[in-house]
Amino acid sequence: MSLTTLVVPVILCFTACFAMRRRVDVYSALTKGAEEGLTVLLHILPSLIGLLTAVSMFRASGAMEFLGALLAPALDVLGIPAETAPLLFIRPISGSGALAVGSEIMETYGADSYIGRVAAVMLGSSETTFYTIAIYYGSAGIVKTRYTIPAALCADLVMFWASAFAVRLFMGT
Amino acid sequence: MAMAWLWTGMVILSLIFGFLTGNISLLGNAALEGATAAVELCISMAGIMCLWTGVMEIMNQCGLSALLARAFRPLLKRLLPETCRSEETLATISANLSANMLGLGNAATPLGIRAARAMACGCRGVASDELCLLVVLNTASIQLLPTTVAGVRSAIGCAEPFDILPAVWLASLLSVSAGLLSAKLFARFWKD
Repeated sequence: MSLTTLVVPVILCFTACFAMRRRVDVYSALTKGAEEGLTVLLHILPSLIGLLTAVSMFRASGAMEFLGALLAPALDVLGIPAETAPLLFIRPISGSGALAVGSEIMETYGADSYIGRVAAVMLGSSETTFYTIAIYYGSAGIVKTRYTIPAALCADLVMFWASAFAVRLFMGT
Repeated sequence: MAMAWLWTGMVILSLIFGFLTGNISLLGNAALEGATAAVELCISMAGIMCLWTGVMEIMNQCGLSALLARAFRPLLKRLLPETCRSEETLATISANLSANMLGLGNAATPLGIRAARAMACGCRGVASDELCLLVVLNTASIQLLPTTVAGVRSAIGCAEPFDILPAVWLASLLSVSAGLLSAKLFARFWKD
């Protein structure tokens, strides 16, 4: 048994007890939040349908493997598995696109495989860079973003490398 | 529009590659399977996702996220000294970061926008160093519980959806540090 198996029950118990002490109606908060989760899902489902259709065609045509093979030499140097190459392109651009590509990679190679885990960590440890920049600067009325994009892409690049590194470190290949 | 180009490009490339590799007959079925897989994925991850948005809502209501926000304040005062002269903006940014950490995207974004607006006041459309830093922090945010990914993993039949947690924490910590460092470096050398 590893420590992470305890994460879910401990968080549930701790949150419930803490909230009861603060006299929060735990159950109605839980259901209200769950309802919000449902609306989030409803919002991503249409784009997920569109994107998984395209990703599935992309994989079946052999283009996905070609893309991986094309980038393999560069990715090998960094220790990033070439099979995750499509994720590197879509992760900064589209959140639901990354979810579609990532889930397809996990499905193809297995959720508990090295490649599947790296894809999962890449999905879990980043935000949709360009969307975030657009929304923040757009609403703040900023036109000159200066070095924001290069700095954010530096962070993304390190994230891709670190995801593969961290999976190797904690879980092996 | 970017997504329209991306989507159309992927479909066109699939057709071209299908012709070249002789896999063209597989494309039609693959398209239909993809659409079905999207619905299956959504349904099978719905349970986990809704459970966690529920738990996050409890954390929000009982003040756990406010506690986390308070822990950020000393760090923020060092990172954004100018901005943090205004108590209100400091409170907004720390709430923004803590909501991000808990994966409360819907709560985090409006807070971040409010802070960005306050910081952009009077700078005539040019991002200040501190505003750049805030946005970079948000694009590389640390997530304590990546619940969406855990949902996808369990939907696909993973034995322990949360066993990637240590790896996620390390990867996002390294990524945030890289973002901070490069923002600080760029701030020194950037000419415009």
